[in-house]
Amino acid sequence: MNKIGNATMVFENAPRVIGNYSIVGDKEGAGNFGQYFDEILDDDTLGERTYEKAECKLLEQCVRGAIDNAKLSPLDIDCVVCGDLMNQITSSSFAARSLNIPYIGVFGACSTMAESLAVGASLVNAHYANYVACATVSHFSSAEKQFRYPLELGTQRPPTSQWTTTGSGATVLGHGDKGVAITHATIGKVVDWNVTDVNNMGGAMAPAAFDTIYQHLQDLSIGPDYYDLILTGDLGKLGSEVLIDLMENKGIHLSSNYSDCGQMMFKNNQKTFMGASGCGCCASVLNSYVLQRLRNKSLKNVLFVATGALLSPLTCQQGESIPCIAHAVSLKGEDYV
Amino acid sequence: MLDIERNKKYNDYLEHKIPKTRPWPTLFHAFWVGGLICLLGEAIKDLLMLGFVNMTVDDANNWALIILIALASLLTGIGVYDRIGAYAGAGSIVPITGFSNSITSPAMEFRREGVIFGLCAKMFVISGPVIVLGVVASIIAGVLNIIF
Amino acid sequence: MFDAIMYLKVFLVGGFVCMLGQILIITTRMTSARILVTFLMLGVVLEIFHLFEPIREFCGAGITVPIIGFGYSLAKGAIQAYETSGLIGIFAGGLQAVAGGIAVAVVCAFVMAMLFKSKTKV
Repeated sequence: MNKIGNATMVFENAPRVIGNYSIVGDKEGAGNFGQYFDEILDDDTLGERTYEKAECKLLEQCVRGAIDNAKLSPLDIDCVVCGDLMNQITSSSFAARSLNIPYIGVFGACSTMAESLAVGASLVNAHYANYVACATVSHFSSAEKQFRYPLELGTQRPPTSQWTTTGSGATVLGHGDKGVAITHATIGKVVDWNVTDVNNMGGAMAPAAFDTIYQHLQDLSIGPDYYDLILTGDLGKLGSEVLIDLMENKGIHLSSNYSDCGQMMFKNNQKTFMGASGCGCCASVLNSYVLQRLRNKSLKNVLFVATGALLSPLTCQQGESIPCIAHAVSLKGEDYV
Repeated sequence: MLDIERNKKYNDYLEHKIPKTRPWPTLFHAFWVGGLICLLGEAIKDLLMLGFVNMTVDDANNWALIILIALASLLTGIGVYDRIGAYAGAGSIVPITGFSNSITSPAMEFRREGVIFGLCAKMFVISGPVIVLGVVASIIAGVLNIIF
Repeated sequence: MFDAIMYLKVFLVGGFVCMLGQILIITTRMTSARILVTFLMLGVVLEIFHLFEPIREFCGAGITVPIIGFGYSLAKGAIQAYETSGLIGIFAGGLQAVAGGIAVAVVCAFVMAMLFKSKTKV
């Protein structure tokens, strides 16, 4: 059986995580997961002339790191699936140019890590590929330039704002009978509850996370306690509270097994208000902290739900609300057979 | 219909959930930084009149504003003005220094796209409305002055 | 000149005007461009009703340093130019009066952008 319920894919050949890598900026490195990341940058320009070029280089280095970690070479990788926040996902395309691997570009905003894992796992599961690299990246300065304000403009960040992570995460999937396994994926629908406040992304994205998680649980006929950890991408402090309320309204109680990467990334004294955001947020946390815990068996069963806001600066100016999406991927620990 | 109601309820719920920040620290910061910048302007005007005996009050005022504009631009260039802005909010936006910062910061940001298409073309991306609406309003003021 | 009372008035009025701007930011979540435009318009309106100059007499830089002063200069420029050059003055006058300030802002921005790069916030 390849599909269960309305929207969940079943990966009967359970693609395994063969390799992974995470790189973050120094602010993220000084946060709560500092000890787990593979690499913390001192210079967020990576020696490049512009932040956009730095973002490409960051993604490329991360994918190469994951391929090395898998003890493979780029020639072994059948396909790289990645995306980012830049217009026309140029960071991914230009990184793929350097990697010289067949490339599928995806856009899910901050939900890209889960989206690329879902696509990559499908390819491996169906034996269309032996090895697929799934990755994403975000950079604070390039995101601010595209979506918000010039870096040197003297403005105050509103209390509901989140800090775009400078970071990248990459996973290499392949066949095997050992290693962290991906068993299911639920592709989300675009959900828009008419939130127009671009400074409250958490509030805009929570309904999408709610929709996908609810769909996933319904499809598999399970409750939230089935998982050791349900981890959303970047709902942030406010968005997480909203998600818990939305699930309660449907009679589903998210207890201590629910966390959000955005909320956990930074320490309180780092002044990031609602927490971290950006594709790199959940990608870097997944490819470090979460995978390490799945490998050391302190976690056996994780539902990774990355959330994204699918707006552009233009749609906001034209008075549109913020459509969002969430994709869910189910990961099982090392022991999974 | 159901969706519109649900969306409205959800947005009302979100409004309540948004943390209400205590206004006082930020109001105080805006007050004293803004006041200080104005005070600096007045002091510069007085110093100029002291230093240049033939200078009229109007000229000294204009020069004081020019010096403040240049100073804000320099502080933006060295990466200090955005920190002042994060601390003082409107205290750094409302004085003419905020206008200067809103011209210098995009010029710096878009320099990477080249001098012509980046720096020059995007220089007024924040302050454009100020100049356009200022011109329109001045013409309306002129017309109203004729009528009344 | 160097009058302590005047300095106090400048500080208090200037601070108060900025505080009003901060109240706007908090209650309406306005962006900086909108704040700039609002206070600019305030300056134009004050001059239309001939209120700006008395306020300036009272607190000098407290009202001329905020962008309100810029709005006043624009309006005053248009009105004065009408009196000296007729109808064409209304179009040219406003911009002429603030041309110095804009030119300085442009030149400084150009120089700063050529010399310095923007840096990631901490």
